[in-house]
Amino acid sequence: MPAKAAPQPDLEAPAVEIRGLSKWFGAFKALDGLDLTVARGERLVICGPSGSGKSTLIRTINALEGFDEGEIRVEGIRLTREPAVVQAVRLRVGMVFQGFNLFPHLTVLENCALPLRLVRGLAAVEARERALHYLSKVRIPEQADKFPAQLSGGQQQRVAIARALAMEPGLMLFDEPTSALDPEMVKEVLDTMVQLAAEGMTMMVVTHEMGFARQVADRVVFMDGGRIVEQAPPEEFFAHPREDRTRTFLQQILRLH
Amino acid sequence: MPELALERTRARPAAAARPFADNVDYPPLLGRPIVFLPGLALLFEALRWWGFGATAIGRGLSDLLGLSGLSPSTENVAVAALATLVVGLNLGVVMRLKLRWQVYVVWLELALLILVFFHSFNLSFEFIRRKIGFLLTQGLTMTLYISVVSIAIASVLALLGAMAKLSSNGMAIGVANFYTSLFRGIPLLMQIYLIYMGLPQLGYVVNAVPAGIAALSLCYGAYMTEIFRAGIESIPKGQWEAARALGLKPGATLTRIILPQAMRVIIPPTGNQFIAMLKDSSLVSVVGVWELMYLARTQGQTEFRHIEMMITASMIYWLFSIVLELIQARIERHFGRAHAR
Repeated sequence: MPAKAAPQPDLEAPAVEIRGLSKWFGAFKALDGLDLTVARGERLVICGPSGSGKSTLIRTINALEGFDEGEIRVEGIRLTREPAVVQAVRLRVGMVFQGFNLFPHLTVLENCALPLRLVRGLAAVEARERALHYLSKVRIPEQADKFPAQLSGGQQQRVAIARALAMEPGLMLFDEPTSALDPEMVKEVLDTMVQLAAEGMTMMVVTHEMGFARQVADRVVFMDGGRIVEQAPPEEFFAHPREDRTRTFLQQILRLH
Repeated sequence: MPELALERTRARPAAAARPFADNVDYPPLLGRPIVFLPGLALLFEALRWWGFGATAIGRGLSDLLGLSGLSPSTENVAVAALATLVVGLNLGVVMRLKLRWQVYVVWLELALLILVFFHSFNLSFEFIRRKIGFLLTQGLTMTLYISVVSIAIASVLALLGAMAKLSSNGMAIGVANFYTSLFRGIPLLMQIYLIYMGLPQLGYVVNAVPAGIAALSLCYGAYMTEIFRAGIESIPKGQWEAARALGLKPGATLTRIILPQAMRVIIPPTGNQFIAMLKDSSLVSVVGVWELMYLARTQGQTEFRHIEMMITASMIYWLFSIVLELIQARIERHFGRAHAR
């Protein structure tokens, strides 16, 4: 079988189109026939109780998780398990993790520059320049030569954002980016994300930061039991939640904030 | 007095690098009179019962102090008492030193004891001087050659074995599991014989040196496969995921992200293996390779000076193990640098 050519992203297609997506972990149905379309430039916040499938959902988009039924298209590319297809999708999708997942044996600069060299084929000088550019964007160029362990949690997460941005993706996925942070560091990471949103980046953010959702989101999606229970623009979502489950969830998390 | 306690911990910068050291100053076990005094009494009784005065070391002590004129039983008691006194004083002094000096002094004393032990064999240094040149040029060179080549091949086998075991290919897993099971399960000595004498059965005659290298490489490769596998598995899943999400291919993820981190876990036990290999290379002497062990045995035979050669060879092995230990410490520092704050 000849190697298939890498599929090209379609710039007219929506950022993400999901149809009838289902996934089981053994007997547990993590995603249950889920449909979702994310337009280009849209900022989507996904919330829901733990175990509702929100992390699983965004992790299927760049194939960190497989899925059993349904279809995912990222910028028009239909996601399969084909190496060239998965690679084409991953090149268009940046991801930020709850636990930062910086490479601890590399300096901050190398964390950002190494993927540029290995994946984008940039020369060392260019990679360095571009890495520094994105580190400046998240306002920590002065930490470039430190190792991740020498940085605060907030700084580490900003480096992780810079590392993902340096690959110049069309879509950014955030998997609870502030959940592992001390309260005083949440703001610096959220500010970076607000700035990113203002520049028009397409974002899917799994978070419980409802202030961020109010300020930035175009749409808030509430998930429970592997389905989307309710979705609406933030004003409407917070002021007039239609479903009981949404109301209960909002009461619980807003009491904490 | 909490301030005082803090002062004391600050006075010890090493504490930060020793996570297993608590900030409580437990009185040293040997420093408690209830342990110290009965301990010494026990030591004295043991030495007396053993007849320490009549041993080579005891006799040496007795000569040194001119006690040899006494009756044997009195001499025995006197020497035992003296040895007990020396040990007691020594403990008292060493316990008051700083940690670093304690380490040095204890090391030196134990080394001295070993030397005294060897001295008691009444070695012919003239014989050692005469033979050591050959032991080094032929024996040590061959030992190092075999060890270095085997270590290199074993590392490659171990990496391949670990990758196979962690792969999603059933055949690769099967081959790797069988390999580690077989070569960890058969004594190394047997492997050397099997390769040296068994391969000719298949129409392939091997020389002693390549046979030895093959056996050592295969055996140590099997042990190191498990070390490499455990090292790779110790890296959190998030590192693989971050690399994948960034578009790194599996090969690049392994060599640029996972292995450099796994090295921190892999190197200490691998250093162990290297040191063990240096000494296990002596097993290839059974097929007549002129390495250190073989020469020590054969050179000693000619003039019935076995002990001289055995001790000399042992010291050479030890010296090179120390060199390997130092190299290991250096490499550990290199791969640990990201974790030093």
